[in-house]
Amino acid sequence: MADARSPDLPVCNISLSINGERQKFTLHPWTTLLDLLRGPLELSGTKKGCDHGQCGACTVLVDGERINSCLKLAVSLDGAGIITIEGLGSPNGLHPMQEAFVEHDAYQCGYCTPGQICSAVALVKEGHARSRAEIRELMSGNLCRCGAYTNIADAIEEVMDTQRIRPVKEAAE
Amino acid sequence: MLNPSKVVGVPTARIDGPLKVSGCAPYAAEHYEPFMLFGYVLPATIATGRILAIDATDAERFGGVIKVYTHENRPDTAWRDSKWKDEVALPGHPLRPLESDRILFDGQPVAFVVAETFEAARDAAALIKIHYAAARPHTDLRNELSNRYAPPVPRMKQLVPPPPRGDAEKAFKEAPHRISSDYEMSGEYHNPMELFATTVLWKKDGELTIHDKTQGSQNSHEYICQVFGLDPDKVVVKNAFVGGAFGQALRPKHQLFFAVMASLDLKRSIKAEMSRREMFYLTWRPSSFQTVSLAADEEGRLTAVMHDAVHATSRYEDYQENVANWSALAYKCDNVKISYEIAKLDVSTPGDMRAPGAATGVTALETAMDELAYVCGIDPLELRVKNFAHRDQMQDKEFTSKALHACFREGAARFGWSRRSLEPRSMREGHELIGWGMASGIWEATMSPAEANVRLSGDGKVTVSAAASDIGTGTYTILAQLSADAFDIPLRDVTVRIAESTLPKTGVQGGSWTAASTGSAVQAASKAVIATLLKHAQKLETSPLAKAKVEQVEIADGRLVLEANHQIGMPVSEIMERAGLSGIEEHAKVGPDMMTMRKFAAYTHSAVFVEVRVDVELGVVRVTRVVSAIAAGRILNPKTARSQILGGVVMGIGSALHEEGMVDHRTGRIMNHNIAEYHVPAHADIEDIDVIFVDEDDDKASPIGVKGLGEIGIVGVAAAVSNAIFHATGKRIRSFPITLDKILTERTDQ
Repeated sequence: MADARSPDLPVCNISLSINGERQKFTLHPWTTLLDLLRGPLELSGTKKGCDHGQCGACTVLVDGERINSCLKLAVSLDGAGIITIEGLGSPNGLHPMQEAFVEHDAYQCGYCTPGQICSAVALVKEGHARSRAEIRELMSGNLCRCGAYTNIADAIEEVMDTQRIRPVKEAAE
Repeated sequence: MLNPSKVVGVPTARIDGPLKVSGCAPYAAEHYEPFMLFGYVLPATIATGRILAIDATDAERFGGVIKVYTHENRPDTAWRDSKWKDEVALPGHPLRPLESDRILFDGQPVAFVVAETFEAARDAAALIKIHYAAARPHTDLRNELSNRYAPPVPRMKQLVPPPPRGDAEKAFKEAPHRISSDYEMSGEYHNPMELFATTVLWKKDGELTIHDKTQGSQNSHEYICQVFGLDPDKVVVKNAFVGGAFGQALRPKHQLFFAVMASLDLKRSIKAEMSRREMFYLTWRPSSFQTVSLAADEEGRLTAVMHDAVHATSRYEDYQENVANWSALAYKCDNVKISYEIAKLDVSTPGDMRAPGAATGVTALETAMDELAYVCGIDPLELRVKNFAHRDQMQDKEFTSKALHACFREGAARFGWSRRSLEPRSMREGHELIGWGMASGIWEATMSPAEANVRLSGDGKVTVSAAASDIGTGTYTILAQLSADAFDIPLRDVTVRIAESTLPKTGVQGGSWTAASTGSAVQAASKAVIATLLKHAQKLETSPLAKAKVEQVEIADGRLVLEANHQIGMPVSEIMERAGLSGIEEHAKVGPDMMTMRKFAAYTHSAVFVEVRVDVELGVVRVTRVVSAIAAGRILNPKTARSQILGGVVMGIGSALHEEGMVDHRTGRIMNHNIAEYHVPAHADIEDIDVIFVDEDDDKASPIGVKGLGEIGIVGVAAAVSNAIFHATGKRIRSFPITLDKILTERTDQ
């Protein structure tokens, strides 16, 4: 992915596993993971909303952990395994969290949605959220300007329900 | 002709949902071509003045840079102002990017860098050196109030204040109960999650395919063709997916201009995506000052309503919105005086943002109504019921429908309003004061002219086409639902083609009119298809429908049948086959019914109830419960409709508590141009929101009974929150957003 016109600019050789496929890259060190995904790799499901780590639209899973891909230089991830929204499911084979988002109308414009879903999938796996209030708190890095928050919380609760990770507080009530 | 609903009115998941949740829905910046170029805008760092010198040498030499455009080398464009006026342009002179050395607002684009990579364009932009002569900026509306003026050229006649009714000043002086309060509202920024972006795909024969973030592909198309003198047949604009807009994408933005300019100049495909910072330099909800004076008789009946509003505009255009006229029609009152003016600042032109005007004006009116309720010692809901307007006194017209009583009743019941004590500061739990507030909302229900094509194929499948947009509103889905019902077919057998400039003419998506307008066009075209089908059926020998009239037939289960007796009819496929047709396509055009609108006024209404909890020591406000009851005619899809109201409520909470554009008036520059410092509601800020759609039959607002939902959800929300804060704390805060510093320093009113 190095800029052919600028042979004098520094490049690094790395390898990444992206959605299960190991790939080798020659990159400028200043390329963020987000710009790598959205640019040369054409994996545009990962969104750019601020480029400053403020909105969460670019959330992807790196070795299972949710991160803002706009804040990560791709060359710092040599060897890592990255799952993007495209790796979670496809229109004809949706991930349970993706299905729950459709069912609960947990979006409107859909732009923050891939980030919300990646974040939610990691949230469930982390296992820290035990109540709806905790879901809200731990999802607060993902902004939704259309205001689908209550529906997103419903979708996450449903997935936790079906996986028997019922929020303790509500279950007790 | 519309069959009893099978899909319409049923909560239906979005048909574009699977694409959105899997990242397969391409937005404006997500279209690719090998060897595409990237553009990056450099914003000005002064608010007013001139560029004395601009040096782009280092940027031009930077690796990967193709060209740097400034006002010194910008290609020629249209000269006449009229060519720059888009479909929803304002009185004044539209901004022409890189037109001259003049700077009119902070962040105005001063250079456009084109490079082979995004990073090269971005980094090279930082190397451009500009020497400015900055003039003293005037950006504080408070200091410019003496320069306020009534807009000499009205944007549209509905925005002009109505003539005074009765004698409001005299009635105010004589009334036993009265309040007069000043309200201040901060400027707000839409900040849809998707950044403004345009991808221009250039072809050798000069044809352009443009993917633009816009609320109207045809508006962008016409603008580009006029500005650059292009053959309209050689340009296609598409907006298949729009990552939110809320009004910000009604008018074409500078990235569209730049991307097309560079593409034509360099004969290459190019992508230009704004930074989040740039999203603060264009189209915002203007800061405003308002005074509302209300008077009532002993029983709490309004005897005087006076509403005065002034808001900001730019040096180069007169932005106008309906802030105060709502006060002339929301309640029954015989003495009304409305005034509305604007004042010029060194800022970019404001623009429509969700419920433009109403989101600020009704907030002031509804907070004032709460204040009046306390002066009269009457429950705030009761005061509104007492002053219910059964007729639009402003236009002297009947309402097409107004189920606001049902909103009051059902909303109050769901919320538990009857258990409220009038007295402020009367509920407390631990370290939190609890308050309950309510407000009413109103927005106009309009139709805009719209066209659509509907095609029925021999296999029973249907394709709908119109140049409408879906900015997250659910247009794809409701058009599919309407067609599915019209032809009695499953949703999956409908193909919805929208979001492209070549399709049947549709206005921009704004003002809550898309469902009523394009929905009605689709229904009309569907009827025309069935009428044509019947004609063909009747030409056939031994047609069982030989004597049937078009009003008597419908399609059911793949057959054209008599409504009254489904036994009589013929399979659609047989009619088509015997008539030698592969399909039937019809076009329809709809618009507002002028005869009806002469007698009737159409509005959506709401009642919103809010519970807040305010930390006694820290002043932190939590909105713990909201019930929003909406009267908006027929609801096509309760699932997506509910989402629109949720979104309005959330943005209303932002307006009440969080959203504040901060300008350093010494430099005239926006200080918090990012979404960490410009606060919008996050997950943690939003707790329970309950949405009720009350029954409201309306056969006049639009042919399909729809009134629109995009705006009404936000109207009144900020007032209900502020009224709840008063109920919790006894502090009446009239400056929005109500941040905790204001709560801590405000004295208790009671």
